[in-house]
Amino acid sequence: MKNPQTSVKSASLAVTNAVFISRSIRHSLRNVEALVMAVVLPIMLMLLFTYVFGGAIDPGGNYVNYVVPGIILLCAGFGSSSTAVDVAEDMTNGIIDRFRTMPIKSLGVITGHVAASLVRNLIATGVVIGVALLVGFRPTAAGLEWIAAACLIALFILAFTWLYAAIGLVAGSPAAASGYGFALLFLPYLSSAFVPTDTMPAWLQGVAENQPITPVIEAIRGLLTGAPAHDQIWKAALWCMLILLVSMLWSMWTFRRKAGRR
Amino acid sequence: MKSLAIEIQNLRKTFGDHVVLDGINLSVQPGTVFALLGPNGAGKTTLIHILSTLVAPDEGTARVAGFDVAAERNKVKRSITLTGQFAAVDDVLTGEENLRMICRLSGLSAADSRVRTAELLKHFELTEAARKRVKTYSGGMRRRLDLAISLAVSRPVMFLDEPTTGLDTRSRRALWDIILQLKEQGITIFLTTQYLEEADQLADTIAVISGGRIVATGSAGELKSRVGGEVIELRNTDDEIIRKIPTDGTILDISRTLHELASTLPGETRVSINRPNMNDVFLAMTAGGTEVAPA
Repeated sequence: MKNPQTSVKSASLAVTNAVFISRSIRHSLRNVEALVMAVVLPIMLMLLFTYVFGGAIDPGGNYVNYVVPGIILLCAGFGSSSTAVDVAEDMTNGIIDRFRTMPIKSLGVITGHVAASLVRNLIATGVVIGVALLVGFRPTAAGLEWIAAACLIALFILAFTWLYAAIGLVAGSPAAASGYGFALLFLPYLSSAFVPTDTMPAWLQGVAENQPITPVIEAIRGLLTGAPAHDQIWKAALWCMLILLVSMLWSMWTFRRKAGRR
Repeated sequence: MKSLAIEIQNLRKTFGDHVVLDGINLSVQPGTVFALLGPNGAGKTTLIHILSTLVAPDEGTARVAGFDVAAERNKVKRSITLTGQFAAVDDVLTGEENLRMICRLSGLSAADSRVRTAELLKHFELTEAARKRVKTYSGGMRRRLDLAISLAVSRPVMFLDEPTTGLDTRSRRALWDIILQLKEQGITIFLTTQYLEEADQLADTIAVISGGRIVATGSAGELKSRVGGEVIELRNTDDEIIRKIPTDGTILDISRTLHELASTLPGETRVSINRPNMNDVFLAMTAGGTEVAPA
């Protein structure tokens, strides 16, 4: 076996990130169960709400137009949550020590998982919208509104993926990460995703109207179906950016603090 | 004169109330195999973590390949590879993908990574399993891949934390051969182990660590002679040791001892003369004080 030269240049930041992103995408593609669940579960929920509960909630049969934006976010939130497990698995495996002792920016491991989650969830969202169209979803959005909605959905996925990454970093094990992440999945139910907030008891309305998911749902609903909610877009974007910023800082801080501990 | 590969002065580390390293002083000559021998919880992994920049020391200094592990972390990282206690490989990827990933992260171009990966797979007898996911590998294969990954690019100092823990005898011997080959290439190897035989077989220098302190340093031979010389062992017909008598190993001393004993012991008693093995060394060093069998 030949011995390669000793003084190789270190990998650039771009190469490092590209390597970690392709690693995480390979991981995603090989975890078929998670991939299928991320698409099938939201579709099942959509069919459940449209055909089972829909008639009772809105006897006019127009419920599908109301519920689809909520389902899109539910799907994005659920799809992002597996990032917590992916990150926790890496952090409890010996491989993290190897990455940390190489002359590279090892936070790229986390960035890779986030990028893969973004790609995975945008595709899943596309599939969900496709099925929604088949079961009667009739959006009124034109080109610009579609683009705005797509950007907002991407920002939402990015923010929640970083939040789940932080949860994965803090959790002591993949099972714990999965548990903590699960709690967050209830947030969409306490929003205007499935029913308008004014049908809820007063105390719950306070919670539902002031949590981050509601403005995001209202904004997407406004963009896609022309509901009067355009003022919600900035509120939604600000919420997402706040969550994104806090989660990224939290992740970076935890990543550094946990060096050498598994 | 070549500078030391590793130089550790008065290193201390405490986690909470627990003193893990209590003033470690060590030096490792370049191009040698150094074994840190000690029981679980003696501080072996913490020392490796400090030397490989994962954990900062509380007090004292450590230099690896001439660079300070606290102040010059990036230069240290460019000089080392760490193979941790549990195989640091990606189970989801194939062996080939694992190697190529690390080659790329080590700064090789895509084309060079491919060439180097093929070379390493061949050298470590993993070519056949190259396209299988690591999840399906045996313990020995994982360790071989782990070592192959560590050699993606050549670094002067290599840390191996309990490289053969959990391996069967055959895989262990194969790994020993590989480690000795690496030494031939001039790489300094710092390994930890709980196996006396391993330290005995591989290391030029052995340091025994116990309770966060180095209790003895030297070559295997030096450590053995420090525990004491040869011992006359007497066994009964059930092959149980009934007496152990220290001797200086000369024919004069042995014949005199046996002459005295012959009248008091049954004629079937069996005699053997043994040198202390690493096990005796280890027990004597870590228990504090030399324990020689009752005369």
